[in-house]
Amino acid sequence: MASEALPISSVPAADQTWLGVLHGWVTTVDHKRLGLLYIGFALVFLVIAGLEATIMRIQLLRPHNDFVSPQVFNRMMTMHGTTMIFFVAMPVLFGFANYLVPLMIGARDMAFPRLNAFSFWLMAFGGFLLYFSFVGGSGLYGAGDAPDVGWWAYAPLTARAFSPGNSSVYWTISVLVSGFGSIGTAINIIATVLSMRCPGMTLGRMPLLVWLNFIMSYMVLITISPLSAAQIMLLIDRFLGGHFFDTQAGGSASIWMHFFWIFGHPEVYILIIPCFAFISEILPVFSRKPIFGYPVMVGATICIAFISMSVWAHHIFTIGMNSASNAFFTFTTMIIAVPTGIKIFNWIGTMWGGKLIFKVPMLFCVAFLFQFLLAGLTGIMLGAAPFDWQLGNSYFVVAHFHYVIVGGILFALFGAFYYWFPKITGRLLNETLGKWHFWLFVIGFHLTFDFMHIPGLLGMPRRIYTYEPGRGWDLWNLIVSIGTLVQAVAILLFVANLLISYFKGPKAGNDPWDAWTLEWSITSPPPAYNFAAIPTVASRRPLWDLKHPEDPDSLYE
Amino acid sequence: MTTAAHPLPPTAPWSLPYRGTVAMACLIIAESAIFTIFVVAYLFYLGKSLYGPTPREVLAVPYFFTICLLSSSLTVHFASKSLAHGKRTAFLILWLLTIILGALFLFGTAQEWHRLIYDHGLTISTNLFGTTYYSLVGLHATHVIVGLLMLSIVFLLGIAGRVGPEQSARIGVLSLYWHFVDSVWIVVFTVVYVLGR
Repeated sequence: MASEALPISSVPAADQTWLGVLHGWVTTVDHKRLGLLYIGFALVFLVIAGLEATIMRIQLLRPHNDFVSPQVFNRMMTMHGTTMIFFVAMPVLFGFANYLVPLMIGARDMAFPRLNAFSFWLMAFGGFLLYFSFVGGSGLYGAGDAPDVGWWAYAPLTARAFSPGNSSVYWTISVLVSGFGSIGTAINIIATVLSMRCPGMTLGRMPLLVWLNFIMSYMVLITISPLSAAQIMLLIDRFLGGHFFDTQAGGSASIWMHFFWIFGHPEVYILIIPCFAFISEILPVFSRKPIFGYPVMVGATICIAFISMSVWAHHIFTIGMNSASNAFFTFTTMIIAVPTGIKIFNWIGTMWGGKLIFKVPMLFCVAFLFQFLLAGLTGIMLGAAPFDWQLGNSYFVVAHFHYVIVGGILFALFGAFYYWFPKITGRLLNETLGKWHFWLFVIGFHLTFDFMHIPGLLGMPRRIYTYEPGRGWDLWNLIVSIGTLVQAVAILLFVANLLISYFKGPKAGNDPWDAWTLEWSITSPPPAYNFAAIPTVASRRPLWDLKHPEDPDSLYE
Repeated sequence: MTTAAHPLPPTAPWSLPYRGTVAMACLIIAESAIFTIFVVAYLFYLGKSLYGPTPREVLAVPYFFTICLLSSSLTVHFASKSLAHGKRTAFLILWLLTIILGALFLFGTAQEWHRLIYDHGLTISTNLFGTTYYSLVGLHATHVIVGLLMLSIVFLLGIAGRVGPEQSARIGVLSLYWHFVDSVWIVVFTVVYVLGR
């Protein structure tokens, strides 16, 4: 296997002062470094948004708590939601896509390296703007602070009358700017996948991770743009005296809800599809079997992408729509469970009869399967309009979507971290610390989010900053808050593991997991040029072919 | 990694689409989604203004300027064809014609806005019609301006002799954008001047 890094001095190694290193990172257009910038940026915001969640949970620990004021609670709620979606989940997934897609298709970089850097810095600037609102949100009016309108910023909360000062303007512009960054990255991923594949890498041979990120990027184009359009309308309303969401001039508050959720629901799939991609790469390697039903997996993902564009109004059953709309959106919401179920069966089919190896990445994947299934089931419950009328805007909803985002997306992401960390840094993450991280996080997650369903069923509404004793919610809120602290400890262990293993972890070598995709054929960490010579592939598992010339996949595909 | 894993050599020659065209197609998809939302807002708010003026009272159908913009799609198409065949003078003439037609269209929009603002007192904050009309038509006009800027840069480079057949793929990307701007106008025209009156 000719896989050593060639002695090409691509970068002059002389300029290694800290200023030189900083300059190198700020001006980089290399997809791997930008991927790492995305991931690092997301991890910083993960800690910040996690702290905001912790503040909320401390406030709700017991009835009539006064840890923070209602105003601060609303700000924490808004910042937590906005940060987690736009400045944690999106960048970390784009980071992995940036890092892995060119490596997996045998390319030396993305199709547009400078657009790539531009998109990253747009997103970074958006995150900076959002948090600058803590300082600049008061503006000239002396009112307001960080935005407190919720991450969905329903009209008329964002109107000048209810949101004086600049706080919701910071929210709007930061989301708009980071949205443009996302569109740039999505264009880049699509162009890379279509125009940069190495010889032999036909669409039917692409790793599923590449396929799924490709589909996700199309969804970004179609769904982030409506959000941008709605933000432009909001800016027109606030600054030019427009009436889009101004009910006093005949405008409609509910059209903002529609525009927001036309973005909002597909966004969930934009976040979960790259996680499906991680699972589809990690599960086969640790089951020692190729993925079960490759074409069906691609087809199911395309189905999800299509159907997810027509389910948005299940978020707003409670605003009162006509029965035809209710029936339609209930129906589409039920239907989308079918391709998702197909995927779960395929993953189980991959594990079935395989030689399962329960390393940490695999543990996270298996937990993902269970938890994502449960999250999907409560999703189907909430997708039924009559059920939603009862439980919409309750903690049941909060529990449901955190089950998806934490139990699904975050678990898959942790799996991806443990799986690709050796490729990125050249060192394996510590397995013992990893198991501690996994089990503590599983316990904390289930303490928090299993028990969060119950106060929801008992009628506890969302977005409240406190509650009265004696409604039967006290114990559940206490358990939920304790679970949050367990999760925080697990995250600290993870961060410690990242740091310790980066300096002291065992050397990984090129291919620590005996995997099959092209990124494992080159050194860890990969050289700046990725591939000294562009590879040629003949099957979906090029490294299998290389390791088993007597029985290559290419004979059977 | 010279021969990573290919027991069977690839049979067909390996050719992939031009990345610029792919990227422009993607941008067009994203832009279409933005326009869709503005069009939906326009249609949703039709006739919902609480006070006048209404579209029927103030809007006149801009036939001439529409013909200008739509025919600029033809000129830009033949311009990039000529460039691909190496006819640089024909390219420059047709390209300039495209810019003139686009600028004429923009002039038409400016004239219409001037008339609406000064004769009818309709601004973006007057009523829902004003809000939706100026934002939809303005969004399109913004795209025309961006297109004209890019067309002009290419024209100046062309005069300087820097645009040859080797750039025809890139010119093709730009003309794709211009076609998009024109086809959006067909939608805007239909919605604002045909259905909306």
